[in-house]
Amino acid sequence: MAQQINIIQEKQDNILRINKWKFITWLFIISIVMLFASQTSAYLVRRAEGNWVEFTVPIIFYYSTAVLVLSSVFLHLAYLAAKKDKLVQLKTFISIAFAAGLTFLVMQYYGWQDLQTQGVFLKGNPSGSFFYVLTGLHGFHLVTGLFVILFAFIAAFQTKINAKELNRLEVCNTYWHFLDLLWVYLFVFLLYFR
Amino acid sequence: MAAVTAHVADVHAHEEHEHHELSFVRKYIFSEDHKTIAKQYLISGIIWAVIGGLMSVVFRLQLGFPNLDMAWLKPILGQWVSISAEGVGKLDPNFYLALVTMHGTIMVFFVLTAGLSGTFSNFLIPLQIGARDMASGFINMLSYWFFFLSSMVMFVSIFVETGPAGGGWVVYPPLSALADANPGSGIGMTLWLVAMALFIVSSLLGGINYVTTVINLRTRGMSFDKLPLTIWAFTFTAILGILAFPVLFSAALLLIFDRSFGTSFFLSEIYVNGQALPNQGGSPILFQHLFWFLGHPEVYIIILPALGITSEVIATNSRKPIFGYKAMIFSMAGIMFLAFIVWAHHMFVTGMNPFLGSVFMLLTLIIAVPSAVKAFNYITTLWRGNIVFTPAMLFAIGLVSFFVSGGLTGIILGNSALDIQLHDTYFVVAHFHIVMGAAAIFGMLAGVYHWFPKMFGRMMNAKMGYAHFWLTFISSYLVFFPMHYIGIAGFPRRYYQWSGFATFDSYADLNAFITVAAIISVAAQAIFISNFVYSIFKGKKAPANPWNSNTLEWTTDNPGHGNWPGEIPTVYRWPYDYSKPNSAVDFIPQNIPYSSTPESNLPHENEMIADEKEIEKLEFDRSIPD
Repeated sequence: MAQQINIIQEKQDNILRINKWKFITWLFIISIVMLFASQTSAYLVRRAEGNWVEFTVPIIFYYSTAVLVLSSVFLHLAYLAAKKDKLVQLKTFISIAFAAGLTFLVMQYYGWQDLQTQGVFLKGNPSGSFFYVLTGLHGFHLVTGLFVILFAFIAAFQTKINAKELNRLEVCNTYWHFLDLLWVYLFVFLLYFR
Repeated sequence: MAAVTAHVADVHAHEEHEHHELSFVRKYIFSEDHKTIAKQYLISGIIWAVIGGLMSVVFRLQLGFPNLDMAWLKPILGQWVSISAEGVGKLDPNFYLALVTMHGTIMVFFVLTAGLSGTFSNFLIPLQIGARDMASGFINMLSYWFFFLSSMVMFVSIFVETGPAGGGWVVYPPLSALADANPGSGIGMTLWLVAMALFIVSSLLGGINYVTTVINLRTRGMSFDKLPLTIWAFTFTAILGILAFPVLFSAALLLIFDRSFGTSFFLSEIYVNGQALPNQGGSPILFQHLFWFLGHPEVYIIILPALGITSEVIATNSRKPIFGYKAMIFSMAGIMFLAFIVWAHHMFVTGMNPFLGSVFMLLTLIIAVPSAVKAFNYITTLWRGNIVFTPAMLFAIGLVSFFVSGGLTGIILGNSALDIQLHDTYFVVAHFHIVMGAAAIFGMLAGVYHWFPKMFGRMMNAKMGYAHFWLTFISSYLVFFPMHYIGIAGFPRRYYQWSGFATFDSYADLNAFITVAAIISVAAQAIFISNFVYSIFKGKKAPANPWNSNTLEWTTDNPGHGNWPGEIPTVYRWPYDYSKPNSAVDFIPQNIPYSSTPESNLPHENEMIADEKEIEKLEFDRSIPD
């Protein structure tokens, strides 16, 4: 009898309550996680072999990390605003989040410049090359994230985002928070395993 | 009842309306329909297979007949055949390496990944789970066109002046990283990397779509324990791809940086023509780790869909339920899991710690367990079945034969001590060509013969199918069996010719024999291709369910856009109710409820009749927007 009940429950689970775009987003995130997991494990394997030049990470990367965290906070505020149908707030917060994301990229660029004045170039010891590749690869994904925000931004201005139509913003938020988290991970990783 | 009819008519009208909107370009070229995309993948895959197969003939001629005059190939190969003063044409040794590399790349990625998984995942997932299309038709279309772009780049690379990539399909640096290493390591290698990057994007888009579709879009009653094994196999394949391809992308990315931007991830202390390169501190072994972390799952990406197709074809044509349905699923899951923790068995001779080697050896040998479960289940499904020898069935049985004979040599190679002797010899070539090359191609051909009626609405010619099977089956064994011997004799891979070594002279005849068999096996494919092309246009019209099969795709005749006119069938039973005792017919499709087959129901199935009401009551949550 207990088994019978189980079967019925299983069948009801067939109808997923998850939007397929959200599912697709999570799968994309998994593949990006694999990409960075392989990069950082390659970093560790290479580092363990010695001949590894240490350098100090420019201070601007700390600031840029704060900016990116801030943009995530604003995107979440935008989500909360959309949930309550406060559309003006939604537009403001989503704009701030977008601007913060853009600022982060600019700051990363200045960070690279600082690295070069320090004498750390893409060419040279793999410790520096890895730093550029990891930050660059993250930057590339952040550009794609900015495009996703841009689509949500346009949708917000066309009033296609509101308390009843949240999927677009939710997908955007999931991806952006992930990119934020990814950067925090990378940054801590790069600081710890210098 | 009237309400239902009205509803069906309504859906009909709706879909006919959609039909009119599609232009030729949207319907056949930039199509979002999974069936069209599947056909696009299939035909692209066949074209690549022809190119890859002909390449193998050229280098087999070189290996089997080292003194052959190749002047007759000059019109095709141009500068790659040099004519000596006596008028004897010789194949350029560098081009030989390029041919081997391209043969591997094309067959592994473009034929057996895109051509096999792309075709059948696309075609069968929505049709067998009861969905109108993929989760995202647009991403699906994008996936094909990224593959097409990648194909174009790879195709162009064959024609550049310095030749295509020549460092082997594994593209180990430093050989692939330094333009001076080999003519193919110049622009040819750059194009190879670009093509592979595009290919990875295509695979990821496809794989993400497959998984989402299987999880989210199953029809009423299609619980996971009623999924056909093909769908399980395609899902596991897609998961493998999602997890493994980003790692290949990592390796390719770092290699691109080493090649084009002067970094030293994989390069260290190298002298070229007496000059020291500036690169310091890189590790070529690191590339091998990254590459084989993809490379090993890749072989399962190739073989799992073929195994899934075989399960379906063998059960249908044995007129028996598949033996060990759940064991099949768990063994595939086991293979998928083990795929990620055995990669270093490709690297036993890279100077790795012997203790680590033993760990990887142990894990590798464990793969034999789920593989053997699968082989036994196929054989026990065949055992005392009313076997119908359709061409698809022959190819499926052929796969089982190859999977067993190729798998056995895997146990030998998996031993790190034995691998030291056999590594990079023809024994390895023979092993993987049988177990993943021939087996996967047989799975693909079985799939084409089996689902051709559903794809094109016509039957393939069975007599030509039998001729194709026997010629291919026998000649494949004649190619790869002797290869084990020359491998044990110590023949190294990737050598242009062996005539310089007196010790190898006694095997010259065997090599010539292999070449002749290889030419026969390639020529036999002409039978298939002419059958395929002829049948698309002139084949006999196919009935809706020519093989009396149970799965959902056979419940729709000539599926148009949206797959089922009217409502999607509801699923009540597993897909393997063949020859059920007391049943008047020897197959009961998945959409037949237990309530209409009281004579053949087992006691617990009679109890499940009550659940049918529940299944029918299921409403899809329309509040989730697509």
